[in-house]
Amino acid sequence: MTPAILSALAAHWRRNPLQFLTLVLGLAFATALWSGVQAINAEARQSYDRAAASLGEGQFDLLLARDGGWINAARFVALRRAGWLVTPLVEGQITPDAGAPLRLLGIEPLTAPAGMAAAGVARTDLAGFLAGRVLLADPETARRLTPPPAVLQGRQVRAEAGLAPGTVLADIGAAQRLLGREGQVSRLLILPDQPQNQPALDQIAPDLLRQGAEAAPDPARLTGSFHLNLTAFGALSFIVGLFIVHGAVGLAMEQRRPLVRTLRALGAPLRLLVGLMLAELLAIALLAGGLGVLLGYVVAAALLPDVAATIRGLYGASVSGTLELRAVWWLSGLGMALAGTALAASGALWRIARMPPLASAGGRAWAVASARRTLGMAGAGLGLLALAAGIAAFGQGGGLWLGFTLLAALLLGGVLILPPFLALALTLAQRRRMGPVAEWFLADTRQQLPGLGLALMALMLAMAANVGVATMVSSFRLTFTGFLDQRLSAALYVNAEPAGDLRALEAFLEAEARELLPILVTEASVAGWPAQIYGVRGGPTYRQNWHFLAGGAEAWDTLVAGRAVIVNEQLARRADLAPGDALTVLPGLVLPVAAVVGDYGNPVGQVILGEDLFRATFPEAAPRRFAVQADDPDTLRRALLRDHGLPTAAITDQAEQKALALAIFERTFAVTGALNVLTLAVAGFAMLMSLLTLAALRLPQLAPVWALGLTQRHLAGLELLRAGLLAAMTALLALPLGLGLAWALLSVVNVEAFGWRLPMFLFPADYARLGLAAMVAAGLAALWPAWRLARRPPAELLKVFANER
Amino acid sequence: MNARGMMAALLGLGLLTGSTLPAAAQGFAGLGAAADGFALPDPGYRPGFPADHGAHPDFRIEWWYLTANLTGPDGADYGLQWTLFRTALAPETGPPVPGWNSPQLWFGHAAVTSADFHGAAERFARGGSGQAGVTVDPFAAWIDDWQMAGDSVDHLRLTASAPNFSYDMTMTAEGPLVLQGDAGYSVKSPDGQASHYYSQPFYRVEGTLELPEGEIPVTGSAWLDREWSSQPLSPDQSGWDWFSLSFDTGEKMMGFRLRGDGPAFTSGTWIAADGTPAPFGDGVLEAVPTAHSTVEGFSVPTRWRLRLPASGLDVEVAALNPDAWMGLSIAYWEGPVRVSGSHPGRGYLEMTGYDQDRP
Repeated sequence: MTPAILSALAAHWRRNPLQFLTLVLGLAFATALWSGVQAINAEARQSYDRAAASLGEGQFDLLLARDGGWINAARFVALRRAGWLVTPLVEGQITPDAGAPLRLLGIEPLTAPAGMAAAGVARTDLAGFLAGRVLLADPETARRLTPPPAVLQGRQVRAEAGLAPGTVLADIGAAQRLLGREGQVSRLLILPDQPQNQPALDQIAPDLLRQGAEAAPDPARLTGSFHLNLTAFGALSFIVGLFIVHGAVGLAMEQRRPLVRTLRALGAPLRLLVGLMLAELLAIALLAGGLGVLLGYVVAAALLPDVAATIRGLYGASVSGTLELRAVWWLSGLGMALAGTALAASGALWRIARMPPLASAGGRAWAVASARRTLGMAGAGLGLLALAAGIAAFGQGGGLWLGFTLLAALLLGGVLILPPFLALALTLAQRRRMGPVAEWFLADTRQQLPGLGLALMALMLAMAANVGVATMVSSFRLTFTGFLDQRLSAALYVNAEPAGDLRALEAFLEAEARELLPILVTEASVAGWPAQIYGVRGGPTYRQNWHFLAGGAEAWDTLVAGRAVIVNEQLARRADLAPGDALTVLPGLVLPVAAVVGDYGNPVGQVILGEDLFRATFPEAAPRRFAVQADDPDTLRRALLRDHGLPTAAITDQAEQKALALAIFERTFAVTGALNVLTLAVAGFAMLMSLLTLAALRLPQLAPVWALGLTQRHLAGLELLRAGLLAAMTALLALPLGLGLAWALLSVVNVEAFGWRLPMFLFPADYARLGLAAMVAAGLAALWPAWRLARRPPAELLKVFANER
Repeated sequence: MNARGMMAALLGLGLLTGSTLPAAAQGFAGLGAAADGFALPDPGYRPGFPADHGAHPDFRIEWWYLTANLTGPDGADYGLQWTLFRTALAPETGPPVPGWNSPQLWFGHAAVTSADFHGAAERFARGGSGQAGVTVDPFAAWIDDWQMAGDSVDHLRLTASAPNFSYDMTMTAEGPLVLQGDAGYSVKSPDGQASHYYSQPFYRVEGTLELPEGEIPVTGSAWLDREWSSQPLSPDQSGWDWFSLSFDTGEKMMGFRLRGDGPAFTSGTWIAADGTPAPFGDGVLEAVPTAHSTVEGFSVPTRWRLRLPASGLDVEVAALNPDAWMGLSIAYWEGPVRVSGSHPGRGYLEMTGYDQDRP
């Protein structure tokens, strides 16, 4: 019995290869996008974990120089001798002959904590490591540094799996020499188990600032929202894919009703039949899932270098550029494929299981939705939209997850009200009397809505996501360029550290520059948050270029007079500060906030003081960088290089710096853009498949109209028109949904994730282009079914009247 | 080479190779006797003081090893350990290399033991930075905040601290330095391996222990061993048992037993109450375990019978706290012992190589 049933079931796919292809490809695409995104996320997380585990980043408290500079290495010994278990770290960048700069980290393996796995690795050849002959790096970086470039001064790089990607590990002595920092360390790491009877740190090291492990920039936390965005995209694509699968499985089950009836009449037990159909679906899901995982690997491998570059540029965290096959994502891909198939097929299977053996085949009953169902969808959709509105109005500040709940409610609600909205619009249109063909066209369109609904929902999701992300990216671009103009307003930026005589250099710049802006900075903890305190000279450059988010232009005068401070948005949000509020900058230094300034992409707080007040408060903090306005920047640059021994790299001009920042930014959203296009493509595919399957089913409706005198060409034209009309209406609804999505991303999710809010700008031309693209996609999807209709032999249409199909 | 020498070498090597004890021993054996240009112990050399209290950077390994038996106000027994090891990656014959390039590595171990408490800690440092080192005049040996220092080795202040204990002691020498072996040249194995070795076993100690239950004023006696050498280990040596005992009569004994493939190699010195040493060679000291304890899952002999017929010694040596396990980078057992029998007294016992023995 079983082989006979199987062969009968398989016959269906042989007769409908396109349906089989739809099912497999739909599921494969869905799985591919999901597992691809998961693969990228898994690779990135693995990289962060490796960095955290191998370098102990984010696990230990740190000691930093309050003036933000380097710490004399003798402080390390003094602290150890005072009973504080600390270990020194030296960090800097080296640039091999070709390619991106690498992070060089110098550690002292003997005093490094047990939790720093890199120190354990260093001990495998301790003699070579301590002598500075051997450096360590992850295999990818080690390959890049073999043979060793000149910048390594003849040192060998040994590959060690498990080290943080993109980081070269050296003994502290070797790192100091390679960076030209003999006798200096970047920071001290405080070991977790300290001995008894220690003197207080603020007494023996008042110039050092203790930063808790939780305050250190943790790549996993910084990049969290980036990965959440990717995951949201993956889930979105998967849902779009599930629409396809649902349609294909539902149709297949429906078409097999006569077959099932026949088999049961021949004595096949229902249980066996349903079991075999389940097994069949399982096999298909595994095949499609496997294919999807393969495709996902290709997608991830293609996108990963861009993602890695983005994350490095945005957050400074290194992600390995090579993809590994990890169980976590390919299993999750297969699991999603199985779960998705089960979800999509459960309803259809349930109906088959409950069908009386002698019931007649229900025609296209599966597609005929009752008015009750439409009403239910409308109710649920409106409820979700109301929930989204509620969160938007009252739930701000409730955390990142509330923000994502808002996004989900908005998207799902918007999608659910689409079919009722379309039905309503068509009913309203029908009230206007427009002749029999138009009336039939509208009625027929409305009657098709249940069958096309899922595909249209997918199209709307894709469009709304496109509108939302396009708005976010373009708003970000505008804001960011404005911000760069603001912050990079001087002509030259001079790093004074390599200069032999800092005072001479400052005097020279004071004399030569039209306006000199010393950049004074020190690390601090303000209102319980890690922060930087800046001292600025309130000259014309800042006054002309800086725009405040809150506070007036008079802020500069009070700042220069030392009677107020300016804070960045991050600090203002965390500490709930507004102009006029008092801020304790240091114990004993309480000043009102004069203004809040936008500071995009910076994770820490910023307090800006007037230069005089800063110098009086932190006399030991000398300016290490200068912004310079000059009438002739090139001459000034040459003079600095020639007379003050500055290396070329110490002077950057504004254009250079701006181009660099923008390049990083452009890459950031290249990834999102690629995923966007993929989502739209999958939605278009869903549309095509729905139209193809409907075309076969709708012959009984079309044949009478044809018999009444409408030509096949005319009918095909109407089909195209219908697709265009539905896509246009969907686009119309997708636009407000997409704008809502963009608003939620910019004003809720971004604030929760980064602590700053992006102003939202509108880009009507972009939206029009997108709407057109959606209509073209729908039109293209409708083209083939319409063409087939036009070319169908009239005999087939006649058959409708001759038999029961 | 004696037991502590193996320890110092292994500590250095354990770090160098990251491997476990036996593998490290075999790897070390491959280095060869006169490896890498280190100075070798010289039978004709006579220690001179105070210079030889300082470091000998041309030798591979060296240590300042202090143990003390202490008594609290209620008569309870305590023990403490303070050890500074030096091991060199390369011989240093000229002036010391400053900074991170110094080939000298330093390790410190500290412990406090009572009948029901045992705390142990370790520190690591590189020479050249000032984080650890030894100066002669005034004398100071230190690693981090752990310190053994004074105007001379006769008057020292000893401190160490760890998360769960710390101590602060003053020590006064009440007897002469004791040259071990042949006037400080101490032959340690049938193969002729040797070290320069002297001790100061006559310290009177008083100070304060800070334990989890609070501060405890203590008094007692301490024993300092000084030794330096360069020679490698025998590949077949699997561990050792080392005793330093102070008897109520004022006499003292240092004795050890090296365990290997063949019969154990024993050696030591009987020290008269006035400090006169009487060294004895292999086979004279009889040391037999009479009871084992399970410590950290390992079976360790914590009760011994020692016999030295020539000196009329027949005693039982029992651990004050069988759980005196030093769970450090190199794990071993070290703790205070009580001596009963022909010569009652107190002392210290150190045992290595038992972390391979599952009961």
